[in-house]
Amino acid sequence: MDEDRSAIGSVVGPVSPATASEAKAADTEAAAITRSQRHAATLWIAVVPTIFLAVFFGWPLVTMLHRGLAWSAFSSVLGDSGIRSVVWFTAWQAVVSTVATVVLGVWPAYVLARYRFTGRRVLGALLAVPFVLPTVVVGLAFLALLPDTWRRSVPAILVAHVWMNVAVIVRTVGSFVSQLDPGLEDAAATLGASRWKTLRHVVLPLAKGAILGSAAIVFLFCFTSFGIVRILGGPAHPTLEVEIWRRTTQSLDLSTAAALSVIQLVLILGALSIWTWRQRRAANGPVSMRTKTAFRTASSPAESLAVAVTAVVAAAFVLVPVGRLVAQSMQSSRPGNPLAAWQAIVHSDLGASLWASARIAAGAVLVATVMGALASIAIAGNPRAGALLDAGLMLPLGTSAVTIGFGLLITFDHSPIDLRGSWVMLPLGHALVAAPFVVRAVLPTLRGIDPDLRHAASTLGAGPWQVWRNVDLPVLRRALIVGAGFAAAISLGEFGASSFLARSGTETVPLAIARLLGRPSKLNLAEASALATVLMVVIVVILLVLDRQPGAMGQSDFHRRRARPSRLAGTERSR
Amino acid sequence: MKHRTPLLLAAIVVLAACGSSSSRSTSSATTTAVAVTTPGSTLTGSSAPSVAAGSVTLKLLSYDAYVLPDSIKQFTAATGIGVEFVKAGADAGTLVNSAILTAGKPQGDVLFGIDNTLLSRGVTSKGLFIPYLSKESANLDQRATALVPGHEVTPIDTSDVCVNIDTAYFTAKGLTPPATFDDLVKPEYKGMLVVENPGTSSTGLAFMLATVAKYGLDGFAAYWKQLRGNGVVAVDSWDDAYFNEFSQGGSGGKLPIVVSYATSPPYPLVTGDEPRPTVPTTANLPDTCFRQIEFAGILDGSKHVAEDQQLIDFLAGRPYQESLPLSNFVYPIRADATVPDVFTKYATLSPKPWSVSPGDIAKNRDAWIETWTKTVLR
Amino acid sequence: MTLRAIGITVRFDQRLILDDVDLSVDDGEIVALLGPSGSGKSTLLRVIAGLLRSESGMIRWDEQDLTALPPHRRQIGLVFQDEQLFPHLDVAGNIGFGLRMAHVPRRRIAERTDELLHLVQLEGFGHRSIHELSGGEAKRVALARALAPSPRVLLLDEPLTGLDRELHDQLVVELAAILRSVGTTAVHVTHDVDEAKAMADRVLTMADLCRERPSA
Repeated sequence: MDEDRSAIGSVVGPVSPATASEAKAADTEAAAITRSQRHAATLWIAVVPTIFLAVFFGWPLVTMLHRGLAWSAFSSVLGDSGIRSVVWFTAWQAVVSTVATVVLGVWPAYVLARYRFTGRRVLGALLAVPFVLPTVVVGLAFLALLPDTWRRSVPAILVAHVWMNVAVIVRTVGSFVSQLDPGLEDAAATLGASRWKTLRHVVLPLAKGAILGSAAIVFLFCFTSFGIVRILGGPAHPTLEVEIWRRTTQSLDLSTAAALSVIQLVLILGALSIWTWRQRRAANGPVSMRTKTAFRTASSPAESLAVAVTAVVAAAFVLVPVGRLVAQSMQSSRPGNPLAAWQAIVHSDLGASLWASARIAAGAVLVATVMGALASIAIAGNPRAGALLDAGLMLPLGTSAVTIGFGLLITFDHSPIDLRGSWVMLPLGHALVAAPFVVRAVLPTLRGIDPDLRHAASTLGAGPWQVWRNVDLPVLRRALIVGAGFAAAISLGEFGASSFLARSGTETVPLAIARLLGRPSKLNLAEASALATVLMVVIVVILLVLDRQPGAMGQSDFHRRRARPSRLAGTERSR
Repeated sequence: MKHRTPLLLAAIVVLAACGSSSSRSTSSATTTAVAVTTPGSTLTGSSAPSVAAGSVTLKLLSYDAYVLPDSIKQFTAATGIGVEFVKAGADAGTLVNSAILTAGKPQGDVLFGIDNTLLSRGVTSKGLFIPYLSKESANLDQRATALVPGHEVTPIDTSDVCVNIDTAYFTAKGLTPPATFDDLVKPEYKGMLVVENPGTSSTGLAFMLATVAKYGLDGFAAYWKQLRGNGVVAVDSWDDAYFNEFSQGGSGGKLPIVVSYATSPPYPLVTGDEPRPTVPTTANLPDTCFRQIEFAGILDGSKHVAEDQQLIDFLAGRPYQESLPLSNFVYPIRADATVPDVFTKYATLSPKPWSVSPGDIAKNRDAWIETWTKTVLR
Repeated sequence: MTLRAIGITVRFDQRLILDDVDLSVDDGEIVALLGPSGSGKSTLLRVIAGLLRSESGMIRWDEQDLTALPPHRRQIGLVFQDEQLFPHLDVAGNIGFGLRMAHVPRRRIAERTDELLHLVQLEGFGHRSIHELSGGEAKRVALARALAPSPRVLLLDEPLTGLDRELHDQLVVELAAILRSVGTTAVHVTHDVDEAKAMADRVLTMADLCRERPSA
């Protein structure tokens, strides 16, 4: 039954000592011991993701900057009014895009997390589709759909940003909310709060960590947005990223590019530190996290209507551009055969492309999930040092793809690590970008686990590893899956950094799409759209598979008794 | 389900590792036996046949859109040297710049795709190429070879960047299509032209250089001002211009005049599904063309210089040159190479293309782009 | 003013939890509902509060039919078994929550909060974080919170389960006194016979409420 409780909660039986105060004292002591054990353990764990970040991001970044950095360039760059307006534009369009995405994404996140309706899971997977599409494809679809006056304008950029990123909010916040104890919402209802007020006064404050985390990611994406800005904004609206790309790859003006990269980094670090500070203040302490989602049913027709409207609007929002793409894939030079493009891609080794994309994605997901999970543990266990690691992991999202790509290129071109032409670079590059997603999904949930649960487990004889396995992991599984889903979507659709790394053999699907779009014919456009459609279907399938609720918990000593409930575990009998 | 997902992922990675080791590119540092397999490389145009033990495989670096023609098999058959195409950039600019950044420790042996707008940068950049005077040099267009007196690179193919028009559109409207640069600023063509940003698109750069060549350093800004007044639409990349804005692009574009390639019109006639059209619906304007020449060179740091020289000779030889039009939609640089009819009919090179010397380009490119940006965008 | 639950039937996954159950509580009355685990006591409370929908039957407060009303409009309070205190609010924030939802002016909320803190003997606890509370303190805050908006009926779902003997007995007495002094109509669910007898005017078992025995 959905009302099942966290299994560890059922462990805590009548082990409490005689008086309340003695109980508290014993608890505190045990708590202190466990806490310090945890600190030590988690500090060690931090080493692995830190090394990963330092070697595959820090080192290439420094190498690239070192190549180009000239102090004279700084003064000319900062003095250039054109550059200043580019920086200003980059910053404000990112802020506006982020705010719009959060505002528009929060309610659908709640609806998808809490209400059960037909097609809920499909809608959840569909919302991630924009995320996986290469931006050049998104640009094509949007240009065809938007009114002419919107072509190459800022509103077009903003709309596209929201479209592509709303999934981050919905899935991250949704994951957190779905595991929030619905008893809190019930309590609010009995105290006179309507669904909307409950959301505003109870759910959202508790989800602040998840909201801030996903908003940070959206901000970073919008700040470094490249394809969308180029296509939908046109040459009149460049961002920092476009300027850095242009000077690195087209005019080889490395000193200006390096100066711009440093400016970009400084701005990102500034944004991240504001964000970290807000995160710290937003911490609510532990909340009751469950392993299974508890759904609710609408309690009034108005509520049902609101849910239905939300679902329909969300679906339409995603499907209209997607529909355009699919329609495009059915156009070809010969009117009688709408599937010509599909036949063409099947004949030209679609399977090999998909397989290439799949293996790279699998590698990226594995590395990203492991690094992200380890980092989350370290960050949750050590608030101060952890904040550094957290911000550090976010940096690749805020760094220009060309800087990362070229940086990897020129750093790993000699022994001991010569990765020239190696397929390993791609999943590593993808993992760098995907790991922070995993952290954003896992961390709020991890922080939300009541430490008393861990204390309880340890007083029952569980060592740190067993505590982790039996208390944390079951609750985290869902968040890990959300993170893994993101990592898969990012890797499958990644085009930026990949295109700067030399590749031989089969190309991934986004690179195939880009290649097709380099040739002038309707059939090629149709084929590119068909490949994009395949990408979308693949990610929907992956997410549907991943989203299946975890099955019954495995048997273990801890799960044997269904004891009396207690405040510690936040349990409730189901009858 | 609890342990299934991580196991599944781990399994995929293991399989991936196994699968990729057979397609892993060989380091050019080894000269021992190497099997060349590029699975699924029909996407890249050809797969080189297996090479006998004890021989070498060269890595040919080029940009993503390059297609390695089947004629390369003749090279391997004749010399026993394998050739593997390694993609090293989305466009020529990225390709050359990444080569410059990795100078001395190159990602491949031979680089193809450096064009005349990048020539100065690549050639004067110290230590990028190992000079080689190809055996076929005398057979190549001398105007092209003259651009590289030091023989750092060898010209391989040529094409033009020209204004393309939607002939069906003009016929349907009963309008005379434009033919020259001056026509483009006439009011009857207002709002019909789409160009690319020269700062971000090599196609746009070529077009801008053509206007520099025609109107001179002082006149070209005035010309662009007129174009702006005539409603020119500027986009960031060639595929955006062609697919989204051009009326023959297939995505609902409305503009009948676009800056593209001389070889764009016959493209649907030779590719795409049957039955193919026999007459193109687009045409190029020879008076607006800027000559592009692409070169190949041996990267300094390659461990197989002798074999690289043989490859360069092959690239300049007749079999490869004649396979260029239908694989890469460019013209051979070799004077005695035959060209398919569909090209001579619909994709003629301009008899008098515009050009600017590579030295001038290198010196003034950024300034010209700045002028263009100010005139057209601000 | 009577609270009446008539003919409540609830099914989960084919299992019949409540089968045609009736309950009637008069104004100011405290009724204890006794029964072993799994007999459907908590389920009945949730139906009355509006958190669960029953297959058939209705809930009435005098003549007003509450059955179709969402929980936030029924003015029926619920003290949860595990308190369900809002972690992001302090003690005063929790207690004043219901009044905030009713748009009561801030000053009045502060007054009422002080009243209730006094009532449950937790003066000065207003600014404490709920994580710092002991078991007994948390239960009292939960009670105060539910009482603050002066609900028509107060439902208590095994509120004193899980406490040690001494604390439990102490709280039973306090709770009974508070409920009597406030005069609220209350339904108190428990499995402890002594607790039921101490708290309530009337003690009912689940069997008393059913026309047929529920199949557990």
